[in-house]
Amino acid sequence: MLGVGILKGLTETARNFVGSYFRKDRLTTIQFPEERAPRIEASRNFPFLVYDGPDAMAGLRCVSCFICEKECPPKCIIIDKSTDKKPDATGKLQFYPAEFKIDVSVCMSCQICVEVCPFDAIKMDTDFELSTQNRFDDLLWPKLRLAKSNEYYHEIHPTEAAAVDADLAAARAKAAPKPAAPVAPVAAAAAPEKGTTA
Amino acid sequence: MTTLAEAPPKSTLSPSASNGDTQLLEVSMGPQHPSTHGVFRMDVSLDGETVVKLKPIFGYLHRNHEKIAENETYLGSMPYTDRLDYFCSITNNWAYALSVETLAGIVVPERAEYLRVITAELTRLQNHTCLAGFLMQDMGASGTPLMYAFREREKILDLFESLTGARMMCNYMRFGGCRVDLPAGWLEQAKTVVAAFPKFLDEFEALLNGNEILMARTQGVGVLSKELAINAGVTGPMLRASGVNYDLRKVDKYGIYDRFQFRIPLGDHGDVYDRYMIRVLEMRESVKILEQAMRDLPEGLIQDPKTKVRNFKPKPGEAYGRIESPKGELGFYLVSDGTPRPYRFRVRPPSLINLTILEDMCLGRNVADVVIILGSVDIVMGEVDR
Ligand code: SF4
Ligand code: SF4
Repeated sequence: MLGVGILKGLTETARNFVGSYFRKDRLTTIQFPEERAPRIEASRNFPFLVYDGPDAMAGLRCVSCFICEKECPPKCIIIDKSTDKKPDATGKLQFYPAEFKIDVSVCMSCQICVEVCPFDAIKMDTDFELSTQNRFDDLLWPKLRLAKSNEYYHEIHPTEAAAVDADLAAARAKAAPKPAAPVAPVAAAAAPEKGTTA
Repeated sequence: MTTLAEAPPKSTLSPSASNGDTQLLEVSMGPQHPSTHGVFRMDVSLDGETVVKLKPIFGYLHRNHEKIAENETYLGSMPYTDRLDYFCSITNNWAYALSVETLAGIVVPERAEYLRVITAELTRLQNHTCLAGFLMQDMGASGTPLMYAFREREKILDLFESLTGARMMCNYMRFGGCRVDLPAGWLEQAKTVVAAFPKFLDEFEALLNGNEILMARTQGVGVLSKELAINAGVTGPMLRASGVNYDLRKVDKYGIYDRFQFRIPLGDHGDVYDRYMIRVLEMRESVKILEQAMRDLPEGLIQDPKTKVRNFKPKPGEAYGRIESPKGELGFYLVSDGTPRPYRFRVRPPSLINLTILEDMCLGRNVADVVIILGSVDIVMGEVDR
């Protein structure tokens, strides 16, 4: 009979409408910004630079090796390498980025810079409330804005950050005992070099 | 109805000189038109309400993907493939990874193959639900079916986000495997979503399948014959709706598709209704594949450890890798000259090739039918224009 199909369909709509008052899986809308969806740990937005210790600019892990700049597909990372070396958070002398900029209007959040960085210096942020009215300066982020602490990294990606910290600690433990060993002079000379080229 | 001349003679263009019947009205639908699923334009010549000529015009979303890829490392093109068919980034990744793997002779570990099947079939589920929802929207069923479809899609996108970090631009596959392993609890969550999916399909079918308006609008509309479909190189659900049994998951058995029990639904009439039903039936088959894959998922490596991330240089040669994406045969043709960048990079986009027969399906129908015929082709302009 004509119309039966439509009536059947309307029953379905009614079931969903009434159900939305009682069942969570039928009412999925979240009233942003009053309500927020639970944060998903793996989500990613734009990269940031990790630093250790209290001072953001002194503790940057980045040694300006240019790998991420070269591998970034849309080429939105701009690095100026320092001419001098500075002790990093562990006290080792390293080059550092005199300037490190990311053009977030170009960045496509692909995470390739994170994958290729051998020093775990660049990671993905989850902050998405970034709208701005200045399309020039506010979209070309300097290293001052990119630097975020390791604690912040632990807060947004706890599992991943714990694994990275364990890796770094293991690498340091492997490098550290050597200078203290009997054949100190040779090993001490070899160790930092290994660290920088790894 | 008068037959159409390529350029109507001058006399028919002035109202006074014609008898009124022979005047054709040329309408430009798009590029900004809500029914064209993106920036797509159709130059439609109308005789009254009837379509006598239709010229599809693409290129509004051209972004030079293939040329850019030739100046990019092999890995660097992976995130760009997400942007082809942005509904199904994971299947795009897979097709590209497959062709690079063929080129470089990389073997994919067992667990990664399973992860690929699981994520790709989830992609198919969400693509087909969206298509069904959008098709109803095109037909004038504003909102309701589309919102129900989006509600289900959201669950799958949440799964993607907790696995890959992004809902749509997943960038998940790597040469020789996948980028990350499943996080804790993911598989259980995915099993719940997949187990609940057939119930949603039942509801969706109850909502629509017997609906008289739907049947009147879709049955016998936009018929695509078997012969034309084959000759035009149409693939995917479009081809199968016309009754041709051709699915690369069965024909090529790429990955590990030979291990799963599933069937290929086929249509009889090749009209819009069949194309809609094929998608619904395919979703049920995908659920079967997902259940088997999640049951059998082995432990082990997720990426071939010998494949380099940086400085990846396949030996000179050429390769074509193709998979059954939710829209049809998606292929990547690559030529390597031994440098870190491909010498030639070419995409075979199913949406574009399925769109070439649009005029044949639309001739003699009216404008409202053109909209749903286009909707049933399932295009994404990101892939058509590249
Ligand atoms: S790859 Fe890492 S260490 Fe090298 S420049 Fe980039 S962020 Fe700095
Ligand atoms: S996320 Fe991708 S696009 Fe953005 S800076 Fe990193 S490599 Fe470049």
